Amino acid sequence: MATVEVPKEQKVEPTTPAPAPSKPKTITLRISRFNPSEHAETKFEEFKIPVQKWTTVLEAILYVKQSLDHSVAVRYSCRQASCGSCGMKINGKPRLACYTKVSELESNVITVEPMNNFPIIRDLAVDFKQLFSTHKKMKPFIINEESEVQPGTKEFVQTPKDLEKFLQFSYCIKCGLCNSACPTMATDKSFIGPQGLAQAYRYTADNRDQGKKDRLKIVDQSHGIWRCHFAGSCSDVCPKGVDPAMAIQLLRGYMLGFRK
Amino acid sequence: MVPEYYLVIKMKESIIMKIHYGTALGAVALVAVHILMRLSQKFSDSLQYQNVLANYHFLPYALMLEVILILLSVHGFNGLRVILLELKQGVAYERAINYGSIVAMIVLVAYGSRTILMAGMGLS
Amino acid sequence: MAEQFSNREGIKGMINPTRYGLHRVAYWLQRLSGLGLLAYLIGHIYETSTILNGKAAWNNMLSLTETPGGHLVLVLVIGMCVFHTGNGIRLMISEGGKGVGKPGQPEYPYRASSLNSKQRLCIWVSIALAALAMMYGAGVLFGN
Repeated sequence: MATVEVPKEQKVEPTTPAPAPSKPKTITLRISRFNPSEHAETKFEEFKIPVQKWTTVLEAILYVKQSLDHSVAVRYSCRQASCGSCGMKINGKPRLACYTKVSELESNVITVEPMNNFPIIRDLAVDFKQLFSTHKKMKPFIINEESEVQPGTKEFVQTPKDLEKFLQFSYCIKCGLCNSACPTMATDKSFIGPQGLAQAYRYTADNRDQGKKDRLKIVDQSHGIWRCHFAGSCSDVCPKGVDPAMAIQLLRGYMLGFRK
Repeated sequence: MVPEYYLVIKMKESIIMKIHYGTALGAVALVAVHILMRLSQKFSDSLQYQNVLANYHFLPYALMLEVILILLSVHGFNGLRVILLELKQGVAYERAINYGSIVAMIVLVAYGSRTILMAGMGLS
Repeated sequence: MAEQFSNREGIKGMINPTRYGLHRVAYWLQRLSGLGLLAYLIGHIYETSTILNGKAAWNNMLSLTETPGGHLVLVLVIGMCVFHTGNGIRLMISEGGKGVGKPGQPEYPYRASSLNSKQRLCIWVSIALAALAMMYGAGVLFGN
């Protein structure tokens, strides 16, 4: 009987036994509970949650909803940091719950609260009305008298270099974390906020756009761009690398005459 | 975001902030000269009555003090205005802050100018 | 929606210098030093106005300000002045869109280029210069 020689490099070495599934750790999840229609006081409820090293804060909250208390109100959708729905204050800092692993917080007690500077709808869900209305006021669309969709016109030319000027800022998912971290937003309810200002820059820097004058006029008011003091907290918490603080300073560069 | 706020002070916020930056730069240069003058002799000697009066009698220095006074009053009270506008909002409140800061600037400049003028011209 | 549900952090959140890194600390120090310097300016203008009341009034004022406590206040003012100037110049340049990095494709893990090392260095240099100026000032004032 012929034997088949297995090439040396293909020889199957005895493998180390697969690691046993790690034992779930138990953490305490403190959830801020507040229902405007029932009581005026915010209270914290504590839940013991089994977590693995990959468990996200959102999964921990959903475990509570599934097994312990289904009345916890939380907004979420994509679970992959794309929709911007699950922003909340996690251990004192605004973060996306789906994008924050329990293990990275290095604490056995996780406190989740609704984001600051947004009205609370219930528990962890906040009202984005002001954020969206401010966003709309920034004219978040290309303003150009010509159109590339009308017959007889050709497409607007945009080089990769042109694209780089605004691409980063177009990744904004409107999660509101920047507005929640901003120190001006903490007290100034009329302030446009880092989200809106970054979007004003995003369209102003687009070489297809001709609305720079309009947008600069909108942001140049007493609760506009000049109420940003470059504390950088918005960029510190942004989960998409948008860097609103940079956009605001670049936009201000136009107004101070440093940029054309 | 309320358009009425815009009417309170006709000057655009960008112009006000350019003034804020300009007064800051001017004040940095002139305050440096003011401090160096204190250090040109022993500090306690520079504060002696006759030495201080001599400063006021020296016209270029007195003029510099007047300019510092204006620059710092404008910069300081505009900075305070910005902080106060961010703390609370409302048409009446903001109007009071905007006009109040202008009044404060004028009062401080007038009070300081009185010292510079009278010490420069009258006392010996 | 009623104001009590607006959930704004308020002054407590605005003045809290922790949580968001060095830039937030610099923001807080800039405000604090600005307010301190304005208070000093008003006091200084009042203090110097006493010269109009003659030598006795001036010397009387000096007996209040030329004390260890008065010198301590001056040392603090020197520190606030130097920090406010250094950090203020950084802010002016940054607010003109300079030194905050260039926009580009963000790469994971996202690090905000506006919060770059040059910016952090400038903040540290402002703090260090303020500390040095305070030491020099203390030497001049308490050395007399």
